[in-house]
Amino acid sequence: MKKRKKTKRVIPYFGLSMGVTISMLSVIVLIPLASLVIYTAQMSWQDIWEAITRSRVMASYRVSFLTALAASAINAVMGVILAWVLVRYKFPFKRILDGMIELPFALPTAVAGIALTSLTADTGIIGGFFSKLGISIAYTPIGITVALVFIGIPFVVRAVQPVLEKLDPVYEEAAGVMGASRVRIFWKIIFPEILPSVLTGFGLAFGRCLGEYGSVVFIAGNKPFETEITPLVIMSELQEYDYASATAIALVMLVASFLVLFLVNLVQARNTKILTGGR
Amino acid sequence: MHEETKGSKILKWILIGVSLLFVVLMLVLPLVTVITEALKSGWQVFWQAVSDEYTVDAILLTLEATGFAVLINTVFGVFAAWAITKFRFKGKKLLTTLIDLPVTVSPVIAGLIFVLTFGRQSPLYPVLQALDIKIIFAVPGIILATVFVTFPFISRELIPVLESQGTDEEEAAALMGAKGTTIFRKITFPHIKWAFLYGVVLCAARAMGEFGAVSVISGHLRGKTNTLPLHVEILFNEFKYVPAFAVSAILVIMAVVILIIRSVVEYKGKKES
Repeated sequence: MKKRKKTKRVIPYFGLSMGVTISMLSVIVLIPLASLVIYTAQMSWQDIWEAITRSRVMASYRVSFLTALAASAINAVMGVILAWVLVRYKFPFKRILDGMIELPFALPTAVAGIALTSLTADTGIIGGFFSKLGISIAYTPIGITVALVFIGIPFVVRAVQPVLEKLDPVYEEAAGVMGASRVRIFWKIIFPEILPSVLTGFGLAFGRCLGEYGSVVFIAGNKPFETEITPLVIMSELQEYDYASATAIALVMLVASFLVLFLVNLVQARNTKILTGGR
Repeated sequence: MHEETKGSKILKWILIGVSLLFVVLMLVLPLVTVITEALKSGWQVFWQAVSDEYTVDAILLTLEATGFAVLINTVFGVFAAWAITKFRFKGKKLLTTLIDLPVTVSPVIAGLIFVLTFGRQSPLYPVLQALDIKIIFAVPGIILATVFVTFPFISRELIPVLESQGTDEEEAAALMGAKGTTIFRKITFPHIKWAFLYGVVLCAARAMGEFGAVSVISGHLRGKTNTLPLHVEILFNEFKYVPAFAVSAILVIMAVVILIIRSVVEYKGKKES
């Protein structure tokens, strides 16, 4: 009773639940993450700068950024189509299709990696078809993009789907009655409504793709300057016990992904408004 | 919805066709490949790879790490969701952002930070050495990394449900003199039951498949610190493709089971609310 007076809280266990939350968060997340910063703080600026701007590392930023961008762009388009089909149409096997979207969340990335590699290698089913056209997929940036499309697709679909479900078809009908074409209805009425959710999905997929390792490492071929992604550079520095370089490069990646997260949160605030109806 | 004209019907089937083609090529075909490649040399070879001593060790370690991840994140998820949704306090937004951090961190970095915290270059290392505690290149490190990458998975599912439920029922029960544990058991838990199960399923899926973080921290000691995904990598890199796909098939089956449980949980949860 006395305690209650002091905190003016009726529901019990504030102290206990806060205590457990903060201490577990610190031990598992905050202290280990801080060790990254502490470790880099012991390095000189010059060493850090050299570690993160070596030409091989710079090339890896380029590969990581461009493949993640391409994959997320493909996912943004395909994600909207998939979400649209799942929300608006009725057709056989729809439930199974809906369930399959979640597969990349459930399937271990290493398994996805070796499966996609064997499919898209020049001897595989898909790779064989494309190699006749003179296009190699596995062990090229195209292969990396394919793996990242696999990883990122559920992010966009699951971001757009609930918004489309909430969208009132009344406006589309009105526009249709007034003679607007389907293309015009889509761009003028539907697209502005779903745009924040598409951007959220795009951002989440992009952030995940930047850091992805398991599925990419098999399909990439990992040639320095050509198909080496940044997480792989960190990995190879670690295998050579060059912790200083690995840590400095990791810090660059960390900053990049926090930046993506920050932008996503900005867009998401707007998206939540649309979902909850208050605008 | 406006009536279906001929044009919109064609568009409908084009879009469905594109969607099905994408899903079949990108999602179904990889699954089928794993199974067909695994069985390419017959059941006997498949069984040999699956019942191999190192594979069994890897299965056990994967289950152990997954079990710990689910257990630890459940404890955290319940307490964190309780603290965040039942009380008002300063810095709530910051707290939720910090809890979500592990999701945005690259798995490789997730492994690296534990190497830096407990490895040879850490100030903690002499202490751990003196107490003869091994974390890096050992099972505790694998568990820690797995817990890290799945850290927000359960709290993230519980928080929105508890938020929309509000605090009135708990307050009423507390004023009538119910004990904290009774309130949680009788009032809060029935609300979050399905969300909780959903979180557990997602957490288990990610935990059993985690590769990058575990790869950095494990040291790849076969029979000791090798999880199933790491075992797949070793076999594949040794060009033992059939065994690699056979071990993958175990993970595929686990993934499909998880997807089915997920659909059931989602369906039941929707039905009840």
